[in-house]
Amino acid sequence: MNRKSAVSDILKQKIKGLKCRECGKLYPPVALHVCEFCFGPLEVDYNYDEIKRHISHERIENGPKSLWRYADLLPVEGYPTVGLYAGLTPLIEAKNLGTELGLNRLYIKNDTVNHPTLSFKDRVVAIAITRAKELGFSAVACASTGNLANSVAAHAAEARLQCYVFIPGDLEAGKILGSLIYAPTVIAVNGNYDDVNRLCSEVAGEYNWGFVNINIRPYYAEGSKTLAFETAEQLGWRAPDHVVVPVASGSLLTKIWKGFNELKMLGLIESVPTRVNGAQAEGCSPVATAFKEGRDFIKPVKPKTIAKSIAIGNPADGYYALKAVHESKGAFDTATDGETIEGIKLLARTEGIFAETAGGVTIAVLKKLAMNGLIPKDDTVVAYVTGNGLKTQEAVINAVGDVVRIEPSMDSFEKTLSIKK
Amino acid sequence: MANFKIRISFPEDKIKEPLIYQIGHEFKVVTNIRRADVREKTGWVELELTGEAAEIEKAVESLKAKGVKVEPIERNIIE
Repeated sequence: MNRKSAVSDILKQKIKGLKCRECGKLYPPVALHVCEFCFGPLEVDYNYDEIKRHISHERIENGPKSLWRYADLLPVEGYPTVGLYAGLTPLIEAKNLGTELGLNRLYIKNDTVNHPTLSFKDRVVAIAITRAKELGFSAVACASTGNLANSVAAHAAEARLQCYVFIPGDLEAGKILGSLIYAPTVIAVNGNYDDVNRLCSEVAGEYNWGFVNINIRPYYAEGSKTLAFETAEQLGWRAPDHVVVPVASGSLLTKIWKGFNELKMLGLIESVPTRVNGAQAEGCSPVATAFKEGRDFIKPVKPKTIAKSIAIGNPADGYYALKAVHESKGAFDTATDGETIEGIKLLARTEGIFAETAGGVTIAVLKKLAMNGLIPKDDTVVAYVTGNGLKTQEAVINAVGDVVRIEPSMDSFEKTLSIKK
Repeated sequence: MANFKIRISFPEDKIKEPLIYQIGHEFKVVTNIRRADVREKTGWVELELTGEAAEIEKAVESLKAKGVKVEPIERNIIE
């Protein structure tokens, strides 16, 4: 695809700069993520008046068949240069799963087939690396044990950028194969999880790299809004009554809520009736626990769950995710490891979609919310399944049954299977 | 000179201790509080440390040894 043909034309004045979420102080649109005054997180500040003058259903629908059709609401200033095929994943009407759960209008947003690395991280990284190139970085980096690393390494390879991936020193070799194949520099840091965290923050402060989830984070995080944009468009330009979203850093949920509200503000949908529901693994549920206990702050936890892709014990955007769930009158719930595995199996058995563990958590929580009457049966519900099950096969390897073994004869076949002709 | 932004979370039994004052005396670091919320049973402080990288790392280790949780301002970076 020609880079320019990836979007119809670019709005030059759509980004005003960065703005502190806490004190409102304004900054130019550079690689900066923390307010120098109050240390609050920075967010992209858009020129919505300018965007509103140009954006329309038609303009979006005539755009590329990727998340770049929403370029007017994404924080890049030029034409996209990398990740041109990310997003616009299927919104599947999940009739079989809906029947099992007693939900008549259930949809699955299937990011297990995102391009190129089969998780929703391809959305945020497509934006982050395009922006990192615009900002002039020749090297990008991330700290990750899985999906983010895979996606950054793949996009950096496509963009011909140097790439550094930091991982905890005790991570199993198999976990990093999906990143190593793209030939980044993978740095295994001896020490525990906290040590790796601290080192990455120090490195990001000292080196002139585009650290996608540190100094590029304000741009990176905006990519998650495209899940809301696509959902609304795929539902015929309306927001669903409920969404169920896995919560790790809390950024995904926060941005989905923001995405629906942006569409309403710009007149692209009429209303946002959406209740935003958060799903966490029981073994790492700092945000769900704060919600249940009625707290407005997050107590960090030590993760212990098979859902490692969402095991973030002290989430950067936990507070904002909590706020979004409250604002939307949604709820939180959690899934045990056993329920997570059952969730993966249920989605696979009913809809033919093999999700990773985060998807299992989402489906398990969807089930609980439906059983508890928090999602009425005729409401339109969208569950976000964010990563491919082929990446976490170890989670279900002992839970999928075994083959039926027979001798190479019709007799053995018929006797073993007892199938009538 | 390096500059490092951290978030310290206090458990209830550490709230009364002058830990920030202590690391300012024990190590060659300048401490600068930017944001804080300290309540009866819990609290957090967001703090800037300026000094040589090795001194900052020692100050962080010392805070941890004193029984508080210390994380970079970004909290969990590994995703």
